Amino acid sequence: MKILGIESSCDETAAAVVEDGTKILSNIIASQVEIHSRYGGIVPEIASRQHLLSVIPVVEQALSNASVTPDGLSAIAVTNGPGLAGSLLVGVNLAKALALAWDLPLIGINHLEAHIYANWLGEDTPVFPLLALIVSGGHTDLVLMSNHGELLLLGRTRDDAAGEAFDKVARMLELGYPGGPAVERASREGTPRYHLPRAWLKGSDDFSFSGLKTAVVRLAEELGISTMPHPNSVAADIAASFQRSVVDVLVTKTTAAANRHGVKQVLLAGGVAANELLRETVVRRLPTPVLVPDPVLCTDNAAMIASCGYFHLLAGKVAGWDLDVIPGLKLG
Amino acid sequence: MKIISNSAKQTRKVGAELGWLAKAGDVILLEGGLGVGKTCLAQGIAHGLGIDGYVISPSFVLLREYQGRLPLYHIDFYRLDRIEEVAYLGLDDYLYGGGVCIVEWAEKGLGMLPGEHLLIKMQHIAPAKRKLAFYPEGPRYEEMLSQLKLTRSVARK
Repeated sequence: MKILGIESSCDETAAAVVEDGTKILSNIIASQVEIHSRYGGIVPEIASRQHLLSVIPVVEQALSNASVTPDGLSAIAVTNGPGLAGSLLVGVNLAKALALAWDLPLIGINHLEAHIYANWLGEDTPVFPLLALIVSGGHTDLVLMSNHGELLLLGRTRDDAAGEAFDKVARMLELGYPGGPAVERASREGTPRYHLPRAWLKGSDDFSFSGLKTAVVRLAEELGISTMPHPNSVAADIAASFQRSVVDVLVTKTTAAANRHGVKQVLLAGGVAANELLRETVVRRLPTPVLVPDPVLCTDNAAMIASCGYFHLLAGKVAGWDLDVIPGLKLG
Repeated sequence: MKIISNSAKQTRKVGAELGWLAKAGDVILLEGGLGVGKTCLAQGIAHGLGIDGYVISPSFVLLREYQGRLPLYHIDFYRLDRIEEVAYLGLDDYLYGGGVCIVEWAEKGLGMLPGEHLLIKMQHIAPAKRKLAFYPEGPRYEEMLSQLKLTRSVARK
């Protein structure tokens, strides 16, 4: 079964065709990162205008690269939350129009659940029960999954998402946008010589990165970063120390939850899962096998939407024409 | 009016008191650098509005919506560098809507925000200590602030 996936929740307009939830036939992403880098982030009005311009060409390209015509498709899956309302509407409205015109089932997908499904697009098929750590700019969620459609949110950030902390630190240290890759680049030039706090929140699977961010602000002030030329080795050392602290907390808490729930596998997902130090550390420290998606499938894409859509379709979870966008959609 | 907060917990409590007093259409602007507790104060306001669950930083997504006793629109200008960028956001539906708006990093777009508002300037004093200075603009916010003073003096007795 071939599913067309459409994604427009944040700053990428994407479409993909995936066969049987596992085989990518096409995966097209029109990124707005260049436009947004001028603003140092995502600007919703610009995002939705850009989605409107990109979405139809992106869908056409996805179908043509997959050599699929509409009658070769089994369903259309689209992200309906969480995300920016204006951006989500572009994808959802197009998906509805196409599903109606092509007489196909319409499937509404939770963007966060879909991030986990990036792991079904690799060589190894995930095994249940599993623990998924979703780390991105807007989210840091630890999810226990006992089967398709059976998700339990164990923990989440109480303040800043991990990716957001990366962005703020990158901005503070003038390392560039997007913040994740910028901090990672700078970290390679530095040593983690500063001890920064780690919020363990004992007895809970929640995360907190706000205190760490504040500690980086104070450290940068104390060391007089703003008066130094850029790039400089002090900024690189702070970046490396910050990155180490985030990774340490993410991996330690994930390990504890994995042991407690006796999962067979741990999956990484979300944009921060592209971070090399996180990938290496999680594989080294976890006793269970770890699956990490290809970096291009960690960031927002539509292949994960199509994959997740396939499993929804198998379970008969199809949306009606009243499918609405839910900007604050939660997991589980 | 000024309040010294000695912990994140106290900052949240001030927020909760504001949340209890908030009415539909209220606009609360927060100013202050990274790590002064703006999101922490916003979490308190959300709590006072009866919002369950976590209210997390909207910096990355620019806007998060919550539903409590009233809708809460938690807006963040952190990433914006020029006032024109605020105009692109299309925020009027939120700012002049039926909910409560909290705007973090409001100093980046003051000219684009409603003239009547409650401005709270937050300042780092010591590791856990923060100063909150309140500047009401307009009769609604004068009233809100006198109610806040009253709530706090009753709470102390």
